[in-house]
Amino acid sequence: MIAEAGLAALWLAASLALLQLALAAIGLRAQRNADELLVAVRPVAIVQGALAVVAMLLLIVLFQQSDMSVKLVATNSHSAKPWLYKVAGAWGNHEGSMLLWVTILGLAGAAVARFERQLEPRTLAATLGAQGLIALGFYAFLLFSSNPFERLSPAPRDGQGLNPILQDPGLAFHPPTLYAGYVGLSVAFSFAVGALVTRDVGRAFARAMRPWVLGAWVFLTLGITAGSYWAYYELGWGGWWFWDPVENASLMPWLAATALLHSVTVLATRDGLRAWTVMLAVVAFSMSMIGTFLVRSGILTSVHAFAVDPERGAFILALLLLYIGGALALFALRVGTVREGTTFELVSREGGLVANNLLLSVILGIVLIGTLYPIVAAAFGVQLSVGPPFFNKAAGPIALVLVVVMAAGPLLRWRRDKAGEVVERLTWPIAAAVFAFAALVAFATPIGVLPLLGLSLAVGLAVASVAPLWKRDLRRTPLFTWGMVVAHLGLAVSLAGMACDSAFTAERLVALRAGEATRVGPWRVSFAGLSPVIGDNWSGLQARLTAERDGRTRLLFPQSRTFADPPTVTSESAIATVLDGQLYTVLGAADGQGRWQLRLWWKPFVTLIWLGGTLVALGGALSLVGRLRPRRREAWT
Amino acid sequence: MDVKRPLVWLPLAGFLLVAIVVAVALYAPADRTVRSAMIGQPLPAFNLRPIVSTKPGVASDAMKGHGPRLLNIFASWCVPCIAEAPQLMRLRQAGVRIDAVAIRDTGPAVAGFLRRNGDPYAAIGDDPSSAVQLSLGSSGVPETFLIDGQGIVRRQWVGDIRADQVDEVLAAVRDVQ
Amino acid sequence: MAQTTAPAELADTQLADPVQEASARTLMETLRCVVCQGQSIADSDATMAGDMRALVRGRIRAGETPAQVRDWLIARYGDYITYDPPLSAATWPLWLAPLALLAVGAWIARASFRRRS
Repeated sequence: MIAEAGLAALWLAASLALLQLALAAIGLRAQRNADELLVAVRPVAIVQGALAVVAMLLLIVLFQQSDMSVKLVATNSHSAKPWLYKVAGAWGNHEGSMLLWVTILGLAGAAVARFERQLEPRTLAATLGAQGLIALGFYAFLLFSSNPFERLSPAPRDGQGLNPILQDPGLAFHPPTLYAGYVGLSVAFSFAVGALVTRDVGRAFARAMRPWVLGAWVFLTLGITAGSYWAYYELGWGGWWFWDPVENASLMPWLAATALLHSVTVLATRDGLRAWTVMLAVVAFSMSMIGTFLVRSGILTSVHAFAVDPERGAFILALLLLYIGGALALFALRVGTVREGTTFELVSREGGLVANNLLLSVILGIVLIGTLYPIVAAAFGVQLSVGPPFFNKAAGPIALVLVVVMAAGPLLRWRRDKAGEVVERLTWPIAAAVFAFAALVAFATPIGVLPLLGLSLAVGLAVASVAPLWKRDLRRTPLFTWGMVVAHLGLAVSLAGMACDSAFTAERLVALRAGEATRVGPWRVSFAGLSPVIGDNWSGLQARLTAERDGRTRLLFPQSRTFADPPTVTSESAIATVLDGQLYTVLGAADGQGRWQLRLWWKPFVTLIWLGGTLVALGGALSLVGRLRPRRREAWT
Repeated sequence: MDVKRPLVWLPLAGFLLVAIVVAVALYAPADRTVRSAMIGQPLPAFNLRPIVSTKPGVASDAMKGHGPRLLNIFASWCVPCIAEAPQLMRLRQAGVRIDAVAIRDTGPAVAGFLRRNGDPYAAIGDDPSSAVQLSLGSSGVPETFLIDGQGIVRRQWVGDIRADQVDEVLAAVRDVQ
Repeated sequence: MAQTTAPAELADTQLADPVQEASARTLMETLRCVVCQGQSIADSDATMAGDMRALVRGRIRAGETPAQVRDWLIARYGDYITYDPPLSAATWPLWLAPLALLAVGAWIARASFRRRS
């Protein structure tokens, strides 16, 4: 019954999405007396979103009840699974995660319908119409090729279980957050399409779009940060970013959204970069959709593998052609009618933001080309691999230039500035960066060029990012300025973490007998022995490690787990987090002579990577709150 | 940024290019098999100890100056190798000499494998850490290389040789004779 | 079915010389595991990746440079084996792309700036 109700909710939501599109289209075509039609779009969008939520909740109930007569539950769940993973398991598979994707899409549309008050009514109707069109395609995808509520007859006695690597709290948090970011960008996309339809690209449009972009960007940042940490502790080799296609798929929308976030500010403040902002709004969500497609089509090989099915891939490809192709064609046809805004002086805040956009877009292009290049080469019969060395070499230097722009940008004046004065304002950041560089060269063990520059620039950026608060009454500083400061500082923190990890990590690979000890970095790690452990649906071995440093000890229990359904062995790392870094331990195989393989890493300041990512998201959230309270802001400034 | 006329179509063109790439990859998926780049190259030098007492090991020098032979990369723990065994037996019966490299294996396990699945091999070398496998550009088990009388690697079959491939293998062996 | 022998000696054992180990480690991060779904041999659990690590460490210990080891592997597996695609007829567009993107981007951005009088 529940499955049928869920399916019914999906069909109903799909019909409402169609209605939403139709009302907007008819209302916009009619020359007069169409206000009722345009007004009616709002409630339809809200109910459509609510129905999608109902369908998602019903799927979660099915998973929670372990209803094995539902095919999706039977193939991806197991009655012996812990409760949390039963719930999160609802989106630990292709159909369920697609439903989650569509649910967030519906919710985003509903939120626009409910809360958006700044946009001109015709543009809002066009926006909701576009949102309805996108939703319609993805409902069709669910209903016709990825039905999560399909029944299985006869029902099996028990399910096949969830991929053990997904059985982790990360699954409960990472996909919903990331999807909220991906799909939240659909609002910016629909805004851009709506504005192109009604030829209404200007400051009001930018002001209305900005909070939605910020919101999506905050989720995207959190989702990527969480995903990186999840991969870090789950994959068991101490890496936190692999330039894997699936990771790139999440990075590309983030890069586009970051650029959009900055260009929309230029449009809102100075009425410049009109066409460019619309373009980025289209590109950001397009990257989300292309990312979703690449992950699910199975045409790229990835560690974070997903459902592989060419038929579904073809369906999404058709949707992409329709939406992205349509939006880009609309852009090309209409952008001529969008009057270009003001132009700027090279040395000005606007100039800095253009440089930011340019560099972010180039990095985006590099990631896109690098990710797709092996497929292109394969089509010509050439097998090759593009991975971390390429991305680091190609995007690394550009990212470092971007860091310099980031440091200088907020200290530039709007309209026009003088280069000499800018350098003067940057005295302290430059001094800090030079000092860090000199100290690293003089005292640290030799480190690579990229980490060396990265760490020095991170120090400079950290100083520069708090400079806008200098000599300011902090209580009267607007919240969005705080947001910018925190976000830029967060990026400096994260960059410092990346550079420290790559420069100072100490590695110890060793085979030990019980009672033996070894050293890694400042730690002395002794192996007390192994003991068996039993989980809900796995059994395994756990090493007892004692890590000592400066008289203080920490206990670590890395595990090797064996799952029965499906049969898999995973290693669970054990991590000791201290103020200045993490000790990362993994239990490997036995060597047949009574010794056990251990992998130990001391990673100084590695936690800064994710702390920084969280700060970046926090900065975005502060800005968002600041932008959503315009009255208070005026009172402050 | 001021937008020049033809430039406004650039994003669409770029996207269509990506879509074409992706569509091609979807409908004509490229062969993902990792193939050896050693075809046409002389066999790299190696000398593997025997893994079972009843058969000699395998050395690259011994392959020069005799007729063509197959070099089968296999392991007793490999499931497709069991499926391949009857085909190798047929090739053996057709007079093809088959040498083997056992990957990460032990003598008793290989002996058991040969007892259960038949023994088509003239010689089996012990490759405990895949060193010879890697030097051949082989990426898994089973794989079969055709080595001609001059010790040149002529062909590679990735995965188990299926029943319908036996004639093809025989023809290839005859071709290099 | 379990593989019946212990991992190769150098698969998870560091070289005694820290300089050699560091260069081996850097190289391993750029080599693709041939049996995995897109992982480098430096972060894969696969036995084959372990054997490849053992091979890299063994050759570096014997005095080969990382470039020689990489070339040796490319001679066997083609460019597929390295995540750092060597410049060739097939890869020059890839390596040229960043510069081309920068040039095109700068050209587009130029239009937003006022001519200095």
